Amino acid sequence: MSAQISEAKLTWQGSTKLIDLNKVRLWGPWFVAEYRLRNMSKWMWALIAFGLGNPLLYLMSVGIGIGALVNKNLGPNGIDGVGYLTFLAPALLATAAIQAAMDETTFPTLQGFVWDRSFFSMIATQLRSRDIVGGIMIASAIRCIVNTVFYELVLLAFGAITLESIPVLSFSAIFAGIAFACVMLAVSSYVEEDDGFFALVGRFIIAPMFMFSGTFYPLTSLPIYLQWIGWISPVWHSTDIGRNLSYGHAVEPWLMFVHFAYLAAIMVAGLLVANRKFGMRLNK
Amino acid sequence: MIVAKGLTKKYEDFVAVDGITFSVKRGESFGLLGPNGAGKSTTMRMIASTSQRTSGDLTILGKDPNKFGPEIRAHLGVVPQQDSHDRELKTWENLYIYGRYFGLSRKFLKAKIVELLEFAQLTDKRDTKVSALSGGMQRRLTIARGMVNEPEILMLDEPTTGLDPQARHILWDRLFRLKEEGVTLVITTHYMDEAEQLCDRLIVMDKGKIMAEGAPAELIKKYSSKEVLEVRFGSKNNAEAGQKIAHLGDRIETLPDRILVYSEDGEKILKQIHKMGLEPQTSLVRRSSLEDVFLRLTGRTLVD
Repeated sequence: MSAQISEAKLTWQGSTKLIDLNKVRLWGPWFVAEYRLRNMSKWMWALIAFGLGNPLLYLMSVGIGIGALVNKNLGPNGIDGVGYLTFLAPALLATAAIQAAMDETTFPTLQGFVWDRSFFSMIATQLRSRDIVGGIMIASAIRCIVNTVFYELVLLAFGAITLESIPVLSFSAIFAGIAFACVMLAVSSYVEEDDGFFALVGRFIIAPMFMFSGTFYPLTSLPIYLQWIGWISPVWHSTDIGRNLSYGHAVEPWLMFVHFAYLAAIMVAGLLVANRKFGMRLNK
Repeated sequence: MIVAKGLTKKYEDFVAVDGITFSVKRGESFGLLGPNGAGKSTTMRMIASTSQRTSGDLTILGKDPNKFGPEIRAHLGVVPQQDSHDRELKTWENLYIYGRYFGLSRKFLKAKIVELLEFAQLTDKRDTKVSALSGGMQRRLTIARGMVNEPEILMLDEPTTGLDPQARHILWDRLFRLKEEGVTLVITTHYMDEAEQLCDRLIVMDKGKIMAEGAPAELIKKYSSKEVLEVRFGSKNNAEAGQKIAHLGDRIETLPDRILVYSEDGEKILKQIHKMGLEPQTSLVRRSSLEDVFLRLTGRTLVD
């Protein structure tokens, strides 16, 4: 390549004229979210395929297969007074919402701090670390919402849920998804290098959380020494809320309060820790 | 534009920047020169208002960065040492998202991106994924990105490290153009030729302190001679030969691989060496450079 020099003309008004600081102060997180969504759009087809394919596979194998077995042995309304798929739906939704939301906080955080260091280029603009935290969470919430709606469409098609239950089921799943994504954002902000940490999280935290949270059978069917996994798992809290609101599964009022309080607490704690650690890492 | 007084940054026990004082005027091209670990990048981060100083005073565009970080950063362009593009996004998209961080409108950015791509000679790579760009192209994209907000000060941390000579020359040309436009540049480098080409004035840093300050030509005049004769006698014989010719020239530096003789006339010194019956394996007469200034000031070479 020869060093041919183009006569590029630059127009220069100066940043003092161009930048409206108040606008950025207000919209900072949205600018970061806009970037995240643009990044996600590069994977759009994979995300859609995953969002629809995952529930399809689950419903066909577990829902229909095991469901047929359960319904045969216990009668059509044998578990919790409803069909097995209806019982299963809130748990599947919560798990899918959590997985989608945390995918958008764990990997982007590793990307921003380690892979391409994009957070360091963001902090070089007038964005603040809390704008970055906010932006990641907004994008994560959007992905979580879209994913949950996809899942519900499949559940609806299989007759597992009713149209009327969609708002409450969306609420219980998305609430848990965002809450746990906040926790994972905080955890990810401590990861210094890409050492397969998230693969371990997937195998030893997410998988048990899914299996032992009253997903396939009521939590109380487990021996007491295993029930604690459900108690700390957002899946269980979300599922219990979802079952209560969607088909009237009995939950004591105090326990409903605990469910909400727990999810809200991990959300706030996650955000506080993430905010602090992001600030420390970006303003060394 | 930038005023630093006794600027200090400590990390626990380690003092990265140790009480440095300097100032940069509008439209000036200012360099921070020194080896790796001299404190250049830390100084840059403090100017870029992303790192809080431990003590001393720092004013950028009339404001204190510890209090007005975002306000100052809005008017800076930062070119970090490592490129930090989203490799999945296209070239133009990387400029676009960066412009959006400043809250710049879509309409403004659309026109600005055309201009910046032209400036960075990347117009035909507009729709290429960044992961497919060469190192030099990515570097130019980083510089273009740093200008998206039309900054008052453009800060470049090691802008050409890791680039081949041709890519470096293209970059220098671009930066020279910016200088002509009146943009204030702050550049760190451990390349002497880069500093001599681009900087009106520079500070030489070592171990967190300022060793010297001035225009490149001034510094060379003050700390070195006009010419340098480099002779090599082979790594085993350099020390011995160095002692024999120590009386020649103004000053002599014996390095493991070569001997540098500082004088006004290198050829004359070389003749004297031959007269003494010494036969260097290779010899070279060159102009004095900032490398020699650094060697004189610290007793060490810049690039190990």
